[in-house]
Amino acid sequence: MTCVPAATEKSLGLVIDLDVCVGCQACVTSCKEWNTGGHMAPLTDLDPYGAKPDGVWFNRVHTYEQETTQGGRTVHFPRSCLHCAEPACVTVCPTGASYKRTSDGIVLVDESKCIGCKLCSWACPYGAREFDTDVGVMKKCTLCVDRIYNDKLAEEDRVPACVAACPTSARHFGDLGDPQSAVSQLVAEREGVSLMPELGYRPTNKYLPPRDRAARTADMAAPYLSEASPQGGFLGWIDRVLSN
Amino acid sequence: MHPAYSVIFFTTATGAGYGLLALLGILAGLGLVPPDLWLGLVSLGIAFGLIATGLLSSTGHLGRPERAWRAFSQWRTSWLSREGVASVVTFVPAGVFAWGWIFLGRTDGWVAAAGVIAALGATLTVIATAMIYRSLKPIPQWYSPFTVPGYLLLSWTSGTLLLVALQHVFGMPSQMWNMGAILLTAAAWIWKRASWRRNDAVGLPVDLNSATGLKSGTVRSIEWPHTEENYLLKEMGFRVARKHRLRLRSFVEMAGFAVPMALLVVALFTPVIAAIALCVLAALIQFSGLLVERWLFFAEAKHTVTLYYGRE
Repeated sequence: MTCVPAATEKSLGLVIDLDVCVGCQACVTSCKEWNTGGHMAPLTDLDPYGAKPDGVWFNRVHTYEQETTQGGRTVHFPRSCLHCAEPACVTVCPTGASYKRTSDGIVLVDESKCIGCKLCSWACPYGAREFDTDVGVMKKCTLCVDRIYNDKLAEEDRVPACVAACPTSARHFGDLGDPQSAVSQLVAEREGVSLMPELGYRPTNKYLPPRDRAARTADMAAPYLSEASPQGGFLGWIDRVLSN
Repeated sequence: MHPAYSVIFFTTATGAGYGLLALLGILAGLGLVPPDLWLGLVSLGIAFGLIATGLLSSTGHLGRPERAWRAFSQWRTSWLSREGVASVVTFVPAGVFAWGWIFLGRTDGWVAAAGVIAALGATLTVIATAMIYRSLKPIPQWYSPFTVPGYLLLSWTSGTLLLVALQHVFGMPSQMWNMGAILLTAAAWIWKRASWRRNDAVGLPVDLNSATGLKSGTVRSIEWPHTEENYLLKEMGFRVARKHRLRLRSFVEMAGFAVPMALLVVALFTPVIAAIALCVLAALIQFSGLLVERWLFFAEAKHTVTLYYGRE
């Protein structure tokens, strides 16, 4: 059903820390690997070793250079579905294949209903949806719905694959609808933002902006060395002799 | 946006077909349609033919066309679904209209009423088609007050040109309708130029700062996530070179508007046999111009996702 639920019990989503992401692409590859099985799998790769490879990926990491008055900085930017509160991709779908779950707010594609008209990918301003040419349906990040509720996994592994893989803890997972949750507190503390807020889709995922330079310099540097040459005495004489 | 030929043919053909159907329905309502069998067969045959081939063609751009029947279910929220429902529902009064005219030999009374309802259905279907594009915020060339009136004007223009051609072929030429077609084509031309001017000036609704959440300073893409083009770039990042765009626009103005208008003007003054040929030619030439117009409608449209790849 493509009516967007007025409210969801939880709003599960991700928080991406742009201050810490090093662009290693581990989240990209672990997502691809996890999705070789389970919901929406496999993610097609066409001509992977040939001249024109093309494939479906749910998570892609861009690299930008941001230049401010404080100077330039490289920012690595993971982009995947933001599981918006008012997703246009859900309302435009003509078959009801695209839907937002009322229980946890995850936006999914019902592969058995999708006709591959691509309208949802036109409606998403963030490029979250890709067309799988092999099976003729649209695919997108599932927030690892087949992993987070999976009781065959240990409790600590029931997070999205990308969150588990990140070596710098740049990705966090939780209920952004609960102001007391760890992720919500992180967003409040670091002033996390929504992407393209003016379009009104109210993304659930939040991005933590890079911290100010001024807030983390100087006291990390080594202290200056003390004066090396002694002035007087035997050592001072040795120093003057050896300096000639 | 990548121009899919199946969708281009679909919107142009159904636009003309629904335009013609709407005109025939309204004229019947006004009591101006003679219940001539051949006129009915040919004119409704052309209208239904354009609509049906257009709709069938539209399934050609689907990944899973065998499931297309599911597209009628989400009319509560989706304009694409509403278009599907409207197109199918319109076949009912249109079918009644056709049956009354062709098999019962009448274009008055309940047949005319069916025609008027079919005209309403046809108009609603064209509006729903236009709304699919008009409702997409990430694409500023489509998310525009020019889109829906533009679709309607082109539908009415192409429908009227077909009507004028049919009137001449069936020996019922009308100066009034000929001049009406000229004026309507001129209006559509003016609207198209105004749309192009607005589209050339409008930028994307957000910038890369907003797209990345990096609010201050300038943000520049220095590395893509992948070395080759992917689905997003192929579908939403389609670009056409400026010199090709300008040449194609000139073709649209000539073939879609200027030449048909000129042919219709000449037809006002020539003997009947020549006028028939000129009006039929005008309708065919306009159709080719409108196909290119629709191609440009897609090719010139930009999507916010290209911001992430460093494009404006």
